[in-house]
Amino acid sequence: MGAEDRAGGGRVIYEVFRQERKGQAFAHAGSLEAPNEAFAEEYAREFYGRRQESEALWVVSRSAVHEIDDFADELERNYHRVDGYSLKAKLKEARERAGTS
Amino acid sequence: MPERADALLEIADDELILGWRDSEWTGIAPFLEEDVAFSSIAQNEVGHARALYELAARALETTADELAFDRPPEEYRSAPLVELRRVDWAYTIARHVLYEAADEIRLEALKASPDTDIAGLAAKMDREEAYHRMHAQMWAERLRGEPRFQTALDELWPAAVAVLPAELRPKLAERLQRPLPSNTVLLSLERGNHAAEWPALWEEMTEVRRSVPGGQW
Repeated sequence: MGAEDRAGGGRVIYEVFRQERKGQAFAHAGSLEAPNEAFAEEYAREFYGRRQESEALWVVSRSAVHEIDDFADELERNYHRVDGYSLKAKLKEARERAGTS
Repeated sequence: MPERADALLEIADDELILGWRDSEWTGIAPFLEEDVAFSSIAQNEVGHARALYELAARALETTADELAFDRPPEEYRSAPLVELRRVDWAYTIARHVLYEAADEIRLEALKASPDTDIAGLAAKMDREEAYHRMHAQMWAERLRGEPRFQTALDELWPAAVAVLPAELRPKLAERLQRPLPSNTVLLSLERGNHAAEWPALWEEMTEVRRSVPGGQW
């Protein structure tokens, strides 16, 4: 468990996910503390729904969330990464090798 | 005053004053989430009061603001239950639970009114009140074993009965499984009487408006 899931006063932390329009993916909206699920739903409605800003909400106890925060990349395979590698640098190297730069 | 407007003012005054009392918890409720939720309930009650005052104002050829703030304190038609003040969470929740139960019965009757304006507004209010009732029930469940809560329920029960007109009272007694108080007990709690705390609240509620008579806000 990465994050603390119990709040003070016997309350539990809940994570709330919000769908802005029908068909859209739910995105994390924030978290709240509540004594139980019924209160959590009521509070989520007040925090994230009363201004008609949401199509639907998911309310999940934080303890139900599995957090993963270790990602092995021992061999520096940066071509796997989302940001990839700099094409500019690679091009420059190639041009130098070809003697065209 | 015509009977219809009088009936509307009773409910409007109840909702305005209860909204005002509930809003006294803003910033000091037991925890942040409840602070937001209870403040929102208070705001809804004031919103209901506005809609009811507007309906009454049309017939009386005046405005909602004038009805809400320009009457002398003795002319308000509120039930003493909503005027009481004790900054104790168990007491506040006990009043909330009792008031919502009475209000539900009152709204059921209004929704069946042949007056389509009143029936329509009652239906709209009831959709919001449904969430207030859920909130009240959750807290009643949570405080069930708390002696302060039980004492407050017993203490406030007669004043809650007096929120309703006589013909609706047996229904409330039946739903909450409590005996109807005697007329002697109810005497000082009927509309037309006011709680000792009422004049101070009226002073506060109307202070800004009275500071600039006729001002446009």
